[in-house]
Amino acid sequence: MFDDALSEVRRQAEICNACRYCEGYCSVFPAMFSKREFQDGDLTQFASLCHNCRGCYYACQYTEPHEFALNLPRALAELRHESWKAFAWPHGLAALFDRAGVAVAAGLTLAFAVLFWTASALRPESGEGFYAVMSHGLMVAIFAPAFVLPLFAVAISLLRYWRMTGGGTLRPRALWDACRAAGSMQDLSGGHGDGCNFEDEDRYSNARRHLHQATLYGFLLCFASTVSGTVLHYGFGLEAPYGPFSMPKLFGVPGGILLCAGTAGLAWLKAKADPELGMPRTWGGEMAFVLLLFAVSATGLALYAATGSFAVEWLLPVHLGTVLTFFLLTPYSKMVHGFYRLAALARNANRQP
Amino acid sequence: MRPSGTALTPRDRLLREPCLPPKICHLILTPLMRRNSVSPACVCGVEPRVWQPCAWSCRRGHAMTLSTITRSPDVLVVGGGNAALCAAISAREAGASVLLLERAPKPYRGGNSRHTRNFRCMHAGPLGQLTDAYGEDEYLNDLLQVTDGRTDETLARMVIRRSADCYPWMETHGVRFQPSLSGTLSLSRTNAFFLGGGKALVNAYYRTAERIGVEAAYDSEVKHLALADRISEVHATIDGQDVVLEPGAVVVASGGFEADIDWLARAWGEAARNFLIRGTPYNRGEVLRDLLDQGIESVGDPTQCHAVAIDGRAPRFDGGIVTRLDCVPFSVVVNKAGKRFYDEGEDVWPKRYAIWGRLVAAQPDQVGYAIIDAKSRELFMPSVFPPVEANTIDELARKLRLPEDVVRQTVDQFNAACVDGSFHPTELDGLGTTGLDPPKTNWARPITEPPFFGYELRPGVTFTYLGIKVDKTAQALGPDGPVENLWAAGEIMAGSILGQGYLAGFGMAIGAVFGRVAGESAAAHVR
Repeated sequence: MFDDALSEVRRQAEICNACRYCEGYCSVFPAMFSKREFQDGDLTQFASLCHNCRGCYYACQYTEPHEFALNLPRALAELRHESWKAFAWPHGLAALFDRAGVAVAAGLTLAFAVLFWTASALRPESGEGFYAVMSHGLMVAIFAPAFVLPLFAVAISLLRYWRMTGGGTLRPRALWDACRAAGSMQDLSGGHGDGCNFEDEDRYSNARRHLHQATLYGFLLCFASTVSGTVLHYGFGLEAPYGPFSMPKLFGVPGGILLCAGTAGLAWLKAKADPELGMPRTWGGEMAFVLLLFAVSATGLALYAATGSFAVEWLLPVHLGTVLTFFLLTPYSKMVHGFYRLAALARNANRQP
Repeated sequence: MRPSGTALTPRDRLLREPCLPPKICHLILTPLMRRNSVSPACVCGVEPRVWQPCAWSCRRGHAMTLSTITRSPDVLVVGGGNAALCAAISAREAGASVLLLERAPKPYRGGNSRHTRNFRCMHAGPLGQLTDAYGEDEYLNDLLQVTDGRTDETLARMVIRRSADCYPWMETHGVRFQPSLSGTLSLSRTNAFFLGGGKALVNAYYRTAERIGVEAAYDSEVKHLALADRISEVHATIDGQDVVLEPGAVVVASGGFEADIDWLARAWGEAARNFLIRGTPYNRGEVLRDLLDQGIESVGDPTQCHAVAIDGRAPRFDGGIVTRLDCVPFSVVVNKAGKRFYDEGEDVWPKRYAIWGRLVAAQPDQVGYAIIDAKSRELFMPSVFPPVEANTIDELARKLRLPEDVVRQTVDQFNAACVDGSFHPTELDGLGTTGLDPPKTNWARPITEPPFFGYELRPGVTFTYLGIKVDKTAQALGPDGPVENLWAAGEIMAGSILGQGYLAGFGMAIGAVFGRVAGESAAAHVR
């Protein structure tokens, strides 16, 4: 399936298993050291469990130029990428993983074209705020499938992952533990709380952990904002635009700011980090994705700031275009790592009785 | 005498305990220093451009080059491992300017400390990751057991007492600890494990050293220390160019000579050419040789090295921890002729780890083969290379290129000498053979259950004992007593304390304690 990536991780894991110095860094090593021999599913699980904190690389006495040539963060990143491709549904779209930059660009172009066309051709006759530009019904008609279908695709991929890694019956407790581990990003803490080795070689720093938390919580708040808007609309008949102290705004504005700051910071760190400890060939695509997420939040905030002005007319399709691209590419891009990471953490917690 | 080191400047104090992140400190301090006509050389020694706060030029990964190093530092540290770094940091913190010369290129910096994982630490009660208590007398007793009494008790007690204080010192200088690793529960009370192992410790120390203003140069080889009544000049090659340094004081912490195979062969015998070197290829003993040739007193047996039995397929150098094999107590070990030669079950493996290096070294071609069956496969830590596997003893012997008939006979004889009894892999179970020579006195179970597994064993050299003699302040002793400005720390003087044998984590304890003492003493000398 992805044999080259598997055999390289197996080679490195067998060396790690005879050393074990890195046991305290993250969840990958205790999971690894509980085995004597590694099945393909074990290795795939390690790959998605790895947060690429790089602590193990800088601590390793067997990195190049040593003949063992260990670079576990990179080997796991390669395997992670290959396994996501193998699990992708429909399989024909897996190729997008290798062309993330192109996919983002093409997706944006297409989404802008569609939305600008609808905004001009299907202009509603009445409506307030941005519903004056595009009717609510039309937005739902575009975004409901664009939201549900990718989630369905992700669910199928995760099932395949779960089966391959021998996940078994998921205990609720394990899911709870996984959510806590993801929420605190404890695997980016370095085990000692000083953080990970990312942007400045072997210096420990919590920058990546905190920026990633800002991104995660910002994203979740934005999502909560959308959900609360939907509930207000359908449940209470309260239509947008909402005031500054309404639920959608109270979630959305801090969420947008956090997401903006988090993604900008992550892009900055990524530019400073050594690409050789990740996947150099997908660096551009990953960066494109971080910037896309930045664009989602920045245009969202701009749209709110522009309320009532003529700029709404073109900011709305731009913002919706970024969101649409983001949704559609979720199962076939870096974004899917969040789902796999949570699944891997749950799988890991499920392992321990 | 060259001008002595000065007391701590405000900048030194700020850099040692920055009230702000160091980069911000620099932003503020650099213009201040300029106004006071103080050279704004950055902590890494780079002269920033006029408009540039020094932190900007101090980019990551910056290494000292010949053009930027100080030719006459207060303290010159020779070596770049644990002891050298502890000395450099301590001397710098005592106010001295410090230049550290590491022979290896940056990726291999840190000497044998790269391969370590813990240090043995005295403690009166639970301390950090250490459980319970480990007192001075118990520690000393453990040491005397492995050295057969060949120990300088005064220096040993000093290391033991001061090891307690090293734990917090290491933490404040960036080292992080973790609970004892899986498979090492027996050390959780006595040994503090570095999170990430020895290379992570070395990295942390280089970070700290750079932050407080130690100059460190890689690829820098010290050729000669000119000794009269003191070290007047140090001849070195830095960046491929010869340079003469005039330090106020010198700390040598450049390890032993185990990587110089010719020297090993002269000391031990030609058999040493078949030995594997577990650690750095850069411990070639030039500085040790140079000092001994000039009459510095030696200590330790010049013919001996500490060797353990390791995986015979390990790299020639630098195989480190992963090459260890823990299968011997559950195996029969045969030599190239297919014959057994020693009691494999004499004691628990950590206690017999070391003698097997010598035992294998005494066999033809310095090689042994441990044979186990499926019953014992999971009783020890996994090996880095998979074992040779076969369904019959004959097939295994063939794959190991051993005489099939002899090996089969050896195994049959062994099996016939096994008796029924209860087997306990983690303790001396007394399950011994009867009427076998040599006997196997514990864990003797017949080798009958396929598949069978074979591991090649070779001697792996860890360190050498020959060193230079020091006193309690780590000062090196010449023919007429202590040399005025020469101190030593780490493996190069460990023979003063460790006459033979080895105790896990004691080398790092010696390095940390004597490194700090040497650095402080050297700094005090130049003040």
